[in-house]
Amino acid sequence: MPQHTFVLNGQQVTVDVEDDVRLLWVLRDILGVTGPKYGCGLGVCQACTSHLNGKAFNPCCTPVGDVQATDQVTTIEGLPATVGKDLHPMQQAWLDMDVPQCGYCQPGQIMAAVAKVLQARAAGQQLGDADFDQIRNICRCGTYHRIREAILSAQNQF
Amino acid sequence: MSTETEQPTGVSRRRFLGYVLAASTLTVAAQLGEGAAPAVAAVPGVPEPADLYDLNDMLTDAALATSSLITITVNPDGTATFALPRAEVGQGITTSTAMIIAEELDLPLSKVQVSLADARPELLFNQLTGGSNTTISTYTPVRVAAATAKQRLLEAAADELGVALSALSALQGVITAPDGRSLAYADLAVKAASLTNLQISVTLKAASAFTVIGTPQNRIDALDAVTGRKQFAMDVQVAGAMPAMICRPPTINGTVVSVQNQAAVQAMPGITDVAVVSTGVAVRGRTFGQCIDAVRALQVTWGPGSEDAATDASVLAELRAAENPLVTPPLPLLTSAVDARFTFHFASNSALETNCAVADVQPGSATIWASVKAPITAQEEIAAKLGLPVSAVTVHVTQGGGSFGRKLFQDAALEAAEVSQVMGKPVRLMWHRTDDFRHGRAHPMSISRVRATYTLGQVLTLDQRHTSVATEFGHGLGEIITSSVAKLPVGGLTFSETIFSLTQQTPYNFGVTTQLLTEVDNGFHTGSMRNIYSPNVRCAQELIVDRLAAAMSQDPYHFRRQFLKDPRAVAVLDQVAQAGNWGRTMAPGTAQGIAIHPEYHGFVAVLAEIDCTPATVNRQIPDAVTGPRVTKVVCAVDVGLAVNPKGLQAQMMGGIMDGIALTLTSSLHLAGGHFQEGSWDNYFYTRQWNTPPELDIHVMPPTTGTPGGAGELAVAGAMAAVACAYGRATGTMPTTFPINHDQPLAFTPLPTVPPIPQSPTDGLSRTF
Repeated sequence: MPQHTFVLNGQQVTVDVEDDVRLLWVLRDILGVTGPKYGCGLGVCQACTSHLNGKAFNPCCTPVGDVQATDQVTTIEGLPATVGKDLHPMQQAWLDMDVPQCGYCQPGQIMAAVAKVLQARAAGQQLGDADFDQIRNICRCGTYHRIREAILSAQNQF
Repeated sequence: MSTETEQPTGVSRRRFLGYVLAASTLTVAAQLGEGAAPAVAAVPGVPEPADLYDLNDMLTDAALATSSLITITVNPDGTATFALPRAEVGQGITTSTAMIIAEELDLPLSKVQVSLADARPELLFNQLTGGSNTTISTYTPVRVAAATAKQRLLEAAADELGVALSALSALQGVITAPDGRSLAYADLAVKAASLTNLQISVTLKAASAFTVIGTPQNRIDALDAVTGRKQFAMDVQVAGAMPAMICRPPTINGTVVSVQNQAAVQAMPGITDVAVVSTGVAVRGRTFGQCIDAVRALQVTWGPGSEDAATDASVLAELRAAENPLVTPPLPLLTSAVDARFTFHFASNSALETNCAVADVQPGSATIWASVKAPITAQEEIAAKLGLPVSAVTVHVTQGGGSFGRKLFQDAALEAAEVSQVMGKPVRLMWHRTDDFRHGRAHPMSISRVRATYTLGQVLTLDQRHTSVATEFGHGLGEIITSSVAKLPVGGLTFSETIFSLTQQTPYNFGVTTQLLTEVDNGFHTGSMRNIYSPNVRCAQELIVDRLAAAMSQDPYHFRRQFLKDPRAVAVLDQVAQAGNWGRTMAPGTAQGIAIHPEYHGFVAVLAEIDCTPATVNRQIPDAVTGPRVTKVVCAVDVGLAVNPKGLQAQMMGGIMDGIALTLTSSLHLAGGHFQEGSWDNYFYTRQWNTPPELDIHVMPPTTGTPGGAGELAVAGAMAAVACAYGRATGTMPTTFPINHDQPLAFTPLPTVPPIPQSPTDGLSRTF
């Protein structure tokens, strides 16, 4: 069985699994990292959104064979460490606004939000309506408005 | 404030009996249902059943006779723990319950831990989470238990400090004597314990002394949610419980005739087992990804399903044929009428967490982990399915990733138990998203005909004939109805008719009002969706109210105000009209809409502004439905007493997003015996691009002093307000919901064989 090595939340991990198994299942079913959620397995709902080398991606659509040994995979569990804190400012904003209801989508929402802010910042912009239109994460509890408030309040905090 | 008044006898209605249970640390209890309020008094006008005695009265009364004890423990570390016999699926009841305990126990909120109780069969039908009834039915019992604990702690402190109990004060988990000496609850928990069961009398706090109840608090589980630590069913680690999925038929209720390649699939990478079960072919493997591969590889000959020829049009025709005629009484001359029929298409209550459960079935016993709102029913059904005594089945209730009605049923838990038994191994069974839309329970299609007559400034009659594909209620509500039927004012009705009668009210004085439900019993998997019948029934009514107002040359707000029965309804309506600047000048193609909804001993008013201009309607977003945009929503809510105003606002926000979706974008399309939708880019629930940029939610000050229901209240009001706004913006009253249902499909349906799609492989080309 092929071996795959990558850096997960700052630590190198190696797993024995077939190349085509999507990273979501490697994380959840083999490594027991359950922050990224399954919501569709189709790259639609964005509940599994995590970061690969600092950019948002969907592990449900990424074969583990596509991940290189030096790739940094960051899940919600590893997000605070990227800023050297116990909580990332985006997570703190989520708490301040009391965003979560059931909470199932929120790890993916937060990971997408952080990436969206960094993307806008790289383009020299603050987040606007057009950027919110690009956040495709589903929240079936309908917390979208508080998500907007949390992102706007956190975007200059990191 | 009825609970605060002195009765003529002089006995305070804040005085209740609590129990101290024999235990090594302080353990107190109260009976669920104790202190439940009697059915509310009649209102002026011609009352409908739900005005007098509604679904919540029934659920609360049902708890009176049969309930057993709920227990709070004060631990030697000074914390209090409580296992809530309800399901937390996002509605915030663990937080509000912790607040109620913190209030009555005088303990910091951070020291109260609320978990979810396993199935407790001795609670009979008192462990059902539904009808927005949790806080209505548990508010007083939880307070009594917490007050009992505080009383015991004070007694222990009085003994320890040698001070009269009346001289002691409790604050933030510390009891202090007049001379400044103090003892923490941690110091007293063991001493306050009892060797025998005792019954003691306690007095609840006066509302004027509340410092926690009624204050905005953040959710107690928010930190776990934002760090990924919150544990849902599929996150529970059970030894040997490997992923499992089901290969499902191409049509609803199709059956397995034969499997051609079982051995070959069982030999696929990672796969350990393949077995035919009652709902399809089950596979078990190392990862869900490999289960998806196996499901897709299975070659199955399928038998027909229960609705293979059904389409939206065929079901609609059935509903039209079944509709009860309106009987118009003799009316004065010059009476006019408004009359319309509305169609509400199938909708999905699929949560973001798909149906799922962990099952470990051993010879002679079974253990299940699942988010289920009727865990006792789940336990009974699983026991029957496995051929085990009920006592051999343990059901652990996990945190739920949303419900919206879906978790009233235990479809996945039953399947997981069956699969585990057949394979002889523990399983972690999860539905694929596509299955969750196509084979999961749907909110039934319905039509609603409404006719109102009016003359000389008065509405004389309102008749509503609601005709629906049958809604399944086989989840424990049935038991409650059976036991409560004698005291209901609606004898002789079916379960569904009873639920309809107990939930549907007309908030207006519209003369002779009749609302009747007729059901067509098809072979669909159905269930109630957040707010059951109300979004459709009340949306139809509120549109007719706008029609009546127009016909009588009145403003929609002032017309409603004039006919509302209850001052609480007037107050929330006035609040949104004022805060939302009702009647302001709006650009062509945009408009305001206003609506009200009474339910769960509460009232909500919603003012929505919508933009139906071409520039907005034709906005292009990939794989999305844009269409008319709700640009602003103002909501006012009176639930009698808001335990946690911040949580109540959250529930209103969610209900508003549901209402927007039901009016504008979200439905299931039935063709060829199956629903076409198979992903969230097919089923158009509200997304960021549909979210109103402006949202303003007002929580009214306490009115009744007792909490009403919150989780579902906003959906009907929001759906109606958006529909009314759309009608006013376009000049055409909408009669089909959602309004885009009959347009060409905005997506290409996924195949049905294989039943689930493969995951894409282009993740790295779509990073941002």
